[in-house]
Amino acid sequence: MSRERRGTARDLPDPSAGYTLRDMVSGFGGRLRDGELGSLPVVVGLVVIAVLFQALNPRFLAPGNLVNLTLQAAPLGVIALGVVVVLLVAQIDLSVGSVSGLASAVVGVAAMRLQWPLLVGIAAAIAAGAAIGAFYGFLLTRFGVPSFLITLAGLLGFLGVQLVLLGPSGSINIPFSNPLVQFANTWFLPPWAAYVIAGVAAMGVLGAGLARRRRRLRAQLPAEHPSVSIVKAVLLLGVLCLAVWYLSLDRGTAVMPVLFLLLVVAISYLLRRTRWGRSVFAVGGNPDAARRAGLPVTRTLVTAFMICSAFAALGGVLQAARLGSATTLTGSADTNLNAIAAAIIGGTSLFGGRGGAWSAVLGVLVISAISSGLTLLNLDSSVRYMVTGAVLLLAVIVDSLSRRSRASRGRA
Amino acid sequence: MAATDDRLEPVVSMRAISKSFGHVQALRNVDLDLYRGEVVALVGDNGAGKSTLVKVLAGVHAPDAGTITFRGRIVSIPSPAASRELGIATVFQDLALCDNLDVVANLFLGHELGRGSLDEETMEQRSWELLRRLSARIPSVRMPVATLSGGQRQTVAIARSLIGDPTVVILDEPTAALGVAQTAEVLNLIELLRDQGHCVVLISHNMADVQAVADRVIVLRLGRVNGRFRAPELSYEDIIASITGVLNLEEGTPEDDPRERLPDGPARPLRSPGGSTPAGDAEGGAR
Repeated sequence: MSRERRGTARDLPDPSAGYTLRDMVSGFGGRLRDGELGSLPVVVGLVVIAVLFQALNPRFLAPGNLVNLTLQAAPLGVIALGVVVVLLVAQIDLSVGSVSGLASAVVGVAAMRLQWPLLVGIAAAIAAGAAIGAFYGFLLTRFGVPSFLITLAGLLGFLGVQLVLLGPSGSINIPFSNPLVQFANTWFLPPWAAYVIAGVAAMGVLGAGLARRRRRLRAQLPAEHPSVSIVKAVLLLGVLCLAVWYLSLDRGTAVMPVLFLLLVVAISYLLRRTRWGRSVFAVGGNPDAARRAGLPVTRTLVTAFMICSAFAALGGVLQAARLGSATTLTGSADTNLNAIAAAIIGGTSLFGGRGGAWSAVLGVLVISAISSGLTLLNLDSSVRYMVTGAVLLLAVIVDSLSRRSRASRGRA
Repeated sequence: MAATDDRLEPVVSMRAISKSFGHVQALRNVDLDLYRGEVVALVGDNGAGKSTLVKVLAGVHAPDAGTITFRGRIVSIPSPAASRELGIATVFQDLALCDNLDVVANLFLGHELGRGSLDEETMEQRSWELLRRLSARIPSVRMPVATLSGGQRQTVAIARSLIGDPTVVILDEPTAALGVAQTAEVLNLIELLRDQGHCVVLISHNMADVQAVADRVIVLRLGRVNGRFRAPELSYEDIIASITGVLNLEEGTPEDDPRERLPDGPARPLRSPGGSTPAGDAEGGAR
């Protein structure tokens, strides 16, 4: 039996930590080879989609179309963001479409028929969503019914409630003068405000990176070279400013997608930096281990479903606002599967514990780009369904292949 | 309290512990003393009661009869949390690690530091300290646990059990799924824990491992203690005979004489009946 103790923890270099830019680049290459693809396939896919549709129709990348795309993507993105949280705890919510439709009906009824103040109506819709999520969480944790079945029942049940609320006419129009509709259609940031937001975001990345470096040095841990944070911040600033400038050639940067991105940043922070987020990943990875470690598994599951349904409700409100009406069609048809597909295409695993808030952004960009491109080509929605289905299949195959590659390299 | 005194007083004394599941009597009148700074191996055939005994200590099962004394005070251990609070840490065979989380997150799972947002830096620093103390060979604490080898995973699980600085560390089959080098790594770690004053309870099927690290071996058979051996006179044949029931050395369930634990104490086998326990009858399983 060999009893010599060589190579203790501290003596060896830490291959996964990025110290300098060069280390970061080589570490990235190593992870790629090991099947840790991260968001690379999605980004490549987005580029392919952009090139393809631009070749077929030069209007695809025109500023006007991209402005429309950001407006279209935001409501779906908010729903997908909620789905990400539920997928992370290794559950699924098939009823996000129905819940979003129900929420749009609630806003319509509250604001138009009952003449409630608009904000009260929105709050009622979101609260209804959160209550539905709490109910799902209760059924799951109390009776152990698979979330697949609970939410399948919810899909039907809440579609029914939506129809009841809308009444025999089946639709409630929200006039264009309503601030909610204006928010979703005509609220654009003045260019200077958009540039300021881009600058604040870049400064935030820089400040967070430098603060992290300072904390790590104080804790005597290896830390990144400041150049890493600076380059990241400059790159982000460049990309954001380019986007703002390009969109400003048309109507500019809309407020609704900015709201979506703010929600993504908030959820990303909650997932990465708080006890609750740690608990979400632990429950998604190994619920038994989480329970034995003393984590509040029940509470985590219930809050995940509440966030998912509340975001679905908010997404439904935004969708109704964008269309200027709450109808029986709001949240129907493909909303459900598009939101779930967006979360998965963006890189959140169906099997729980892997992914992040930003996958909602990437996924919803892919879905919306495909939908927008096919609309520009005057193709029927039948084709759009088929193409979206194929892309979802492709994303799941990429996920499975990278899982297998991780497994064969011992990174499962 | 002086160190020698500390090591003479049992940390845990289990007396006449019985536990049955329906008609199956899993434990019958088991006595067990655990001291600081020793490795106690629990061996026995499948269904002998090793896991049940350990789960009584871990707060998973409540015993039907018998008393548990912890540091001189009679305690009940109704839940795993109560067990941890007493200072008993259990590493079950499945390790209960979250493969998708990194080493730091697993070490501090359920005990995260920082108010509001997590204090990753302090957790990472403490993780390094802990792993260094255990001479663990783990290349990075920021790797997902899934990427580690079996021995490294076992090390992480053991390291995690040490976060609350427990007195007793229970390891359930820690080497069962490991290769030769990884087993050596874990055995080194067990010796290190003993040298640092922990009491290590080791459940194992592997007699080579038991002989390598155990100071005492307790043989369970059909829910009874069927033999107690001390490290110097461990004989492979005796242990096997005791496990299979050919040999029964535990007719009177003798008390462990603390004086024997001193280095210059009388090195005699524990085969003579001491008879100091009130329920000293090993045949009392009927109740």
